[in-house]
Amino acid sequence: MPVQEILASAGPQAAHIEALWWVTLAICAVVFAGVLLAVAWALLRAPRGDPATPPDLSSLDKPERGTAFIVIAALALCTAGLIFLTVASYVTDRRLAALGAPEVQIELTAHRWWWEVRYQDAEPARMFTTANEMHIPVGKPVLVTLKADDVIHSFWVPNLAGKKDLIPGRVATLTMQADAPGSYRGQCAEFCGLQHAKMALVVFADPPEQYQAWAAAERKPALPPAGEQAEHGREVFVNGRCAMCHAIQGTSAGARTAPDLTHFASRATLAAGTVPNTVGHLAGWILDPHSIKPGVNMPANPLDPDELHALLAYLGGLR
Amino acid sequence: MNHRSLDVSGLPSYKFGHASLMWWGLMGLIAIEGMAFALSVGMYLYLWSQAQQWPLSAAPPDLRWGTLNVLILLASVYPNHWTKRVAEDGDEAKMGTGLVVCSLFGVALIGVRALEFTTLNCRWDSNAYGSIVWLLLGLHTTHVVTDVYDTVVLAVLFFTPGPREGRRHVDVSENAMYWYFVVWTWLPIYAVLYLMPRLTS
Amino acid sequence: MNPVLEQTWRDPPGLWGTLCAIDHKTIGKRTIVTAFGFFLAAGILAALMRLQLARPENTLVGPDLYNQLFTTHGTAMMFLFAVPVMQGMAIYLVPLMVGARSVAFPRMNAFAYWVYLFGGLFLFVSLLFDIGPDAGWFSYVPLSGPQYTPGKRADVWAQMITFTELSGLLVAVVVIATVFKLRAPGLTLARLPLFVWAMLVTAFMILFAMPSVMLASTALILDRLVSTHFYNPAEGGDALLWQHLFWFFGHPEVYFIFIPGLAFMSSIIPTFSRRPIYGYPAIVLSLISTAFLSFGLWVHHMFATHIPDLGKSFFTAASMMIAIPTAIQIFCWITTMWKGRFDLRTPMLFVLAFFFILVLGGLTGLMVASVPLDLQLHDTYFVVAHLHYVLLGGAVFPLFGAWYYWFPKFTGRLMSERLGRWQFWLFFVGFNVAFYPMHHLGLQGMPRRVYTYPVDMGWGALNALSTAGAVMIAASVLVFIVNALGSRRGGALAGENPWGAGTLEWATASPPPPYNFERPPVVRARDPLWEPVNEPPAEPTQVVGLAERVREALVTTVVDALPSHRLAFPQPTVWPFISAIAVTVMFIGSIFTPWAIVWGGIPVAIAVTLWFWPKRRETMADLAVEKRP
Repeated sequence: MPVQEILASAGPQAAHIEALWWVTLAICAVVFAGVLLAVAWALLRAPRGDPATPPDLSSLDKPERGTAFIVIAALALCTAGLIFLTVASYVTDRRLAALGAPEVQIELTAHRWWWEVRYQDAEPARMFTTANEMHIPVGKPVLVTLKADDVIHSFWVPNLAGKKDLIPGRVATLTMQADAPGSYRGQCAEFCGLQHAKMALVVFADPPEQYQAWAAAERKPALPPAGEQAEHGREVFVNGRCAMCHAIQGTSAGARTAPDLTHFASRATLAAGTVPNTVGHLAGWILDPHSIKPGVNMPANPLDPDELHALLAYLGGLR
Repeated sequence: MNHRSLDVSGLPSYKFGHASLMWWGLMGLIAIEGMAFALSVGMYLYLWSQAQQWPLSAAPPDLRWGTLNVLILLASVYPNHWTKRVAEDGDEAKMGTGLVVCSLFGVALIGVRALEFTTLNCRWDSNAYGSIVWLLLGLHTTHVVTDVYDTVVLAVLFFTPGPREGRRHVDVSENAMYWYFVVWTWLPIYAVLYLMPRLTS
Repeated sequence: MNPVLEQTWRDPPGLWGTLCAIDHKTIGKRTIVTAFGFFLAAGILAALMRLQLARPENTLVGPDLYNQLFTTHGTAMMFLFAVPVMQGMAIYLVPLMVGARSVAFPRMNAFAYWVYLFGGLFLFVSLLFDIGPDAGWFSYVPLSGPQYTPGKRADVWAQMITFTELSGLLVAVVVIATVFKLRAPGLTLARLPLFVWAMLVTAFMILFAMPSVMLASTALILDRLVSTHFYNPAEGGDALLWQHLFWFFGHPEVYFIFIPGLAFMSSIIPTFSRRPIYGYPAIVLSLISTAFLSFGLWVHHMFATHIPDLGKSFFTAASMMIAIPTAIQIFCWITTMWKGRFDLRTPMLFVLAFFFILVLGGLTGLMVASVPLDLQLHDTYFVVAHLHYVLLGGAVFPLFGAWYYWFPKFTGRLMSERLGRWQFWLFFVGFNVAFYPMHHLGLQGMPRRVYTYPVDMGWGALNALSTAGAVMIAASVLVFIVNALGSRRGGALAGENPWGAGTLEWATASPPPPYNFERPPVVRARDPLWEPVNEPPAEPTQVVGLAERVREALVTTVVDALPSHRLAFPQPTVWPFISAIAVTVMFIGSIFTPWAIVWGGIPVAIAVTLWFWPKRRETMADLAVEKRP
């Protein structure tokens, strides 16, 4: 089962928030119980009446001092609790800002309905782009810069951190860190239109060496096609409509309006986390994306079986 | 059983100022529209705070017509006040005159306002600056138009022969209050649209 | 019944009378019934949503229809049900509670009703024609802007806002003027029923908050229609400007709904505890401070944006602190119940539900008030749970209680206690079954506004449970409808004051005659009907001297309610209806072309002018009783 939960924190940011959650839940539970007990007490203690019972107007003449004391005491307790929660919230805020200097910097651009993930580097030649998936090294802070291309989206990987909106015309940042290896699912958390429900991404937290190996592989251009069928597939890709939107480094396909497919075969999912990246799903997606995710920008591609299988062979080799 | 009843038959049928229902209705309108103006000015200042330079690629609006409108509006305060006073005194002949004079000021204002729109040095669809300038000016203009219309209708009413209730005088008095609102809201809007961009450039 | 007064004050009969009616009781009942109609419609949309979400990867409803469903559900519930129904209750009850014969500006009140009705119909008709809005009830830009929502969907939404805001603002002015100027002599502000205080406070909030959404939606229509750039970042506009303007309105708006709920609580509890409320001054101050504080919370809807952290922290503190005035009221109510004599009839059951549901919702509110917690919980099903707990617990449950309580006054007959209990338990259990699991769904990572979710997320079981709860809620609403319709004909006769309550609306017939009170009361205590019997005999207890053949009502001073003057009120007239039609044409036209404001404005101006132009017959009748100051 994909992991996408708030109360299963796998990193310091989510852990700080989870700690605040439990403290807050405890206080709220006590208050809730208190109110219910008070109401139950009032119901049980008060004698019964009905519309014919003459109203008791004694309180109009003499002030109810003892009662005032209890109410004020309850109020004072509540206020103290609220102040405590406010301070606890602020303390958690400070903790969230305390993550160290980032070791990995990612620029995330949200589109309708996919995630463009661009790994930054001081040396431009070492930058690379992928889509709908992130790999990060375990135990190292990661800085994600957030941009949106069209409407407001929100980046949210609950096991690692709270969410942050990606707003067109603005740049925001979010820092996170995974302390346990694993894969963590995230989902767009700001309604962005027709396929908001199917705009997920996966964050893989790898041991540092594994991460370096992955990054090194990503930096390389696409693997050359293995075999004749795959070569034909590359032709189909580059000479056909695919290249109008998708890029594959090392070929002439360089468009940026759709996910970068250079190392496509190494990704776990398809269509922003909608279906697993298998041959069957890929075939369905290429032929008619709208059967999986109606309304996406990718058009249907009626390919004949030869071309389709060639293309699948080629794409399947892009590790 | 008179000693247990409060006899109100000797009370008048209308009163002026905050004793009247109409005043409260008008104050409600002023609260609503005043808030709308305040928020629009807020929008203007917010968009300014997001911009690198302001106005956005345009010169500030030409001073001529807007400033003339300030003068027309300030000049209209006296006839407006006079009309309100004669309404409260109950002098119907003077009320009619006052309403006509106020209507003329209003028509002049609308004419100058039309010229104002042509010398704003920006279009509503050029950028966010143009949009908010036109919105602010448009909001105020809506109030000018409706108040002038109201004043003209009251003027026609007072020249129409026939029986008339005394509380129509309250309508004239409250209409004058509405005009005060139109005058006094123009001053800060004028300052925001015309003066502020010049002070900081 | 005084036949002369009845003749003077009643609305004309028949269809013509329906169009001309200006009696506040008629308009109030119409508003409540219309709002209930929208409640049912929005509820059906929610049922469809719940059916779609009952199973993962369900194909009952596709994404386009689903997005229209949740948008229209939220929009209709907030703008067409929750706020108008509270205004309807105020319009009906406030004049009766303050001893008046009418609301202020009854024709404007009628106009406001028609504008509301037409705006609501506009929204639902658009949905039927597949141009229902689909960008969420909060319609964020750039999604709802010209580039990403082509066609008229977002314009339908934005202009429906214009209809309902115009209506809401006018009714707010009516309520304020009524409460301040039309109270019975002796009904000083210190003796004002808490229901009236709450409605007054709500009306003031409406005046200052609704202009914000009017501006926001007007700017959106302008962006879409004539290419302004308020929200276009490429030309100096800002997507966040929408959020600030919308939520500056949107947060107070939930208090337009919640504070009247508090009004119901403060009315029902004293009656069913057989004693005056404990802590009246504290409750008044709590209502007022809640209103003020509610204007300082709006950024808590924007915690996930890039607004600076220090700014956000201020809004956390404010959002926590607003719990204090609500807590004060809760403690005062519990104290009243504890020190009174308890009557557990149906209205009281709904009141008790508040203590469970609203308090739980308020506590989850404290959770989302915290910035770090909200960064996890925002835009998940946890918030869906929170908002329904506070809105239903704080407003809808008390509203049903209020309906059981005041139905006898509106119709002259009591509702069935047995069906009332059935409805209550179905509703209470069904509500918790439907919405409690959503807290867990949010914690398990399920975001909001999704038309489906993957099988392997493990969210299916709780979603199915939630849908079962929705079915129970639907059943409870059916029971209510059966109860209401059946009781109107066959319920036990109520008489003037079936509950033995203390406020003035119970001092006249059920239903009240068109003129409300034959002799308006003179008030000397907070709960006038509970006032001790041995009063000084020399003090007047009723008002005489108002004309009987002219619609005269007494205007009093604001603070001390001293008699000021006798105002002649207008006769029923069809002009508010015609003006509303003209306004409707103008508003709908203006989403197609800006020139509709000009061409459409002309019929509006004509209709409104003819509305206010004095009619000779009325003028002559008023002149016969006129006394100049």
